[in-house]
Amino acid sequence: MAIANTGGSNKLNLSYKRSKREMDKQEIQELEKIAAKIRWHTVHSIFSAGSGHPGGALSIADILATLYFDIMKINPLQPKWSERDRLVLSKGHAAPSYYAALALRGYFPVDDMVTLRNFDSYLQGHPDMKKIPGVDMSTGSLGQGLSVANGMALVSKFDGSGFRVFAMLGDGEIEEGQIWEAAMTASHYKLGNLTAFLDCNGLQIDGKVTDVMSPLPLKEKFQAFGWAVTEIDGHSIEAIKNAADWAQTIPEQPKLIICRTIKGKGVSFMENQAGWHGAAPNQEQWQVAQNELNQVLLSLGVKQ
Amino acid sequence: MKKMSTREAYGRAITEFGATNQFFVLDADLSKATRTDIFAKQFPSRFFNMGIAECDMMSTAAGMATCGKKVFASTFAMFATGRAYEQIRNSIAYPKLNVKIAATHGGVLIGPDGGSHQCIEDISLMRTIPGMVVLAPADAVEARAVVEAAIEYDGPVYMRFGRSDVPIIYDTENFEFKIGKGKTVLEGNDLTIIAIGDMVYEAMEAAKHLKEEGIEARVIDMCSVKPIDIDLIIKAANETGRIVTVEDHNIIGGLGSAVSEVLAENCPVSLKRIGIMDVFGRSGQVKELAEYFGINAKAIIDGVKELLVK
Ligand SMILES: Cc1ncc(C[n+]2csc(CCOP(=O)(O)OP(=O)(O)O)c2C)c(N)n1
Ligand SMILES: [Mg+2]
Repeated sequence: MAIANTGGSNKLNLSYKRSKREMDKQEIQELEKIAAKIRWHTVHSIFSAGSGHPGGALSIADILATLYFDIMKINPLQPKWSERDRLVLSKGHAAPSYYAALALRGYFPVDDMVTLRNFDSYLQGHPDMKKIPGVDMSTGSLGQGLSVANGMALVSKFDGSGFRVFAMLGDGEIEEGQIWEAAMTASHYKLGNLTAFLDCNGLQIDGKVTDVMSPLPLKEKFQAFGWAVTEIDGHSIEAIKNAADWAQTIPEQPKLIICRTIKGKGVSFMENQAGWHGAAPNQEQWQVAQNELNQVLLSLGVKQ
Repeated sequence: MKKMSTREAYGRAITEFGATNQFFVLDADLSKATRTDIFAKQFPSRFFNMGIAECDMMSTAAGMATCGKKVFASTFAMFATGRAYEQIRNSIAYPKLNVKIAATHGGVLIGPDGGSHQCIEDISLMRTIPGMVVLAPADAVEARAVVEAAIEYDGPVYMRFGRSDVPIIYDTENFEFKIGKGKTVLEGNDLTIIAIGDMVYEAMEAAKHLKEEGIEARVIDMCSVKPIDIDLIIKAANETGRIVTVEDHNIIGGLGSAVSEVLAENCPVSLKRIGIMDVFGRSGQVKELAEYFGINAKAIIDGVKELLVK
């Protein structure tokens, strides 16, 4: 239980590096440890709550780790710092892994993760910027976050403060028409400071995105909307970091990073199963999941 | 009597206050009609045309507001509160962001565009969102004051402006507006007419005619539909015993409902709601429509008399 409660984040101090040099092996491994911890707390908090969305939370753990512990210019001691980089978790149901990343980064106590979704907890079922330190926007209703990110990016440009804005989108979520309104807006206003991650885990609630309502082809569509697009393995820390750096080399266009991911990544029986989109593990399932997650932590040298 | 539409007054007000307040203004390809074009000309860098994409506009305004900006977002009442209802609810109101939704063309008295554009549900939709302030000014002077109040208020505000030129009933000099406060514009003790928007002038006209027949009607401008002036309504109910509400809006969910709620809980008295009787609008000239839908001085006089014999 006590596992991974030491974020170690502030000691690592990975977040203010702006240089383009390649990440060394050790840095990558530190971020992999954090991603593993995020996964552990994600599944554990959903197990504790008895409800939640493990699948889409697990698929973005590596992206969240890299964003919050390397890419984003933030200060957990000053969550409302006006010049901070922002993330809009447009796929708000991934809250558990988002909260785990914020907690490990020092925004609030990691121990509070077990209060997820409780009546007396500030950790609401979906992100609530009024209650949770580090949450830049309240989300949960799909399709609105890219527009919100545009609004932030416009302010960054207008004020000349230059902070970056990130958005996290689901591959089912982009079936919402508003996403495409926002895609138009981002390129119309040349929002070069905006980078969206598209979590392509291939699944939504009712099954495969290609069966339910295919949003394909992704790259061509976004390019046609005026975006610069790259495609990566969404579980490779190095690839995520490189893509985020690439995004800064193109000044006048919004950037889309298509992330190939596995829904439920890290828990064998949850992987690639639409059924694990919004279900909590029972005690037995948690035991199995915990063993697997502990194994990964152990292999990365995290003491239990 | 001098006339001006409240949308024209809105466009002028944001331009006037925009000189000292660094707010943003967003529109969805209707800036010439909402009159945000006046602001756009004066302050082009703080004006953003979002194209015909009202949902995107509302959430973008929300994103700007998270960064500490005040934002006015304008389009027709139909598209603001109908098309983008959920964006207003979840992106703006749920996080209590500083977005001022300034909707024009509310009601059927926008004229020839017809039912698809005549929004008679906006006040109802906005009133039910927790924390949303809902304001419906009666004339150009009050419209300007409402804009000023919205700028000062910290949180989401819905403002409803009209399309047609309406008489200016207030003096600019000593006009004061407060969110949550109604205004008694005519005194009287036989009954009270509570009105909003263009209907305040009609109610005053009706009261003048009624006076000639010996009926003293009190007239209240309830611009602040939410929060509503509970004390003023109770006082009017106690002192005059009868209430008539008048609005260019569905009688379900709007001013009539808001006043009914206050009366039913505090001091049930005879009530008549005048407004759109749960039907869609249609094309026509403003005068014709007012007569057809029964929202003019004459209809108010009839309504008052009906209530008096009850
Ligand atoms: C507007 C809206 N419609 C429906 C839902 C319910 N819902 C929650 S998650 C989800 C599927 C999302 O799929 P995807 O974007 O692919 O997310 P992921 O696979 O990353 O979990 C749906 C339909 C919602 N939250 N918001
Ligand atoms: Mg998906």
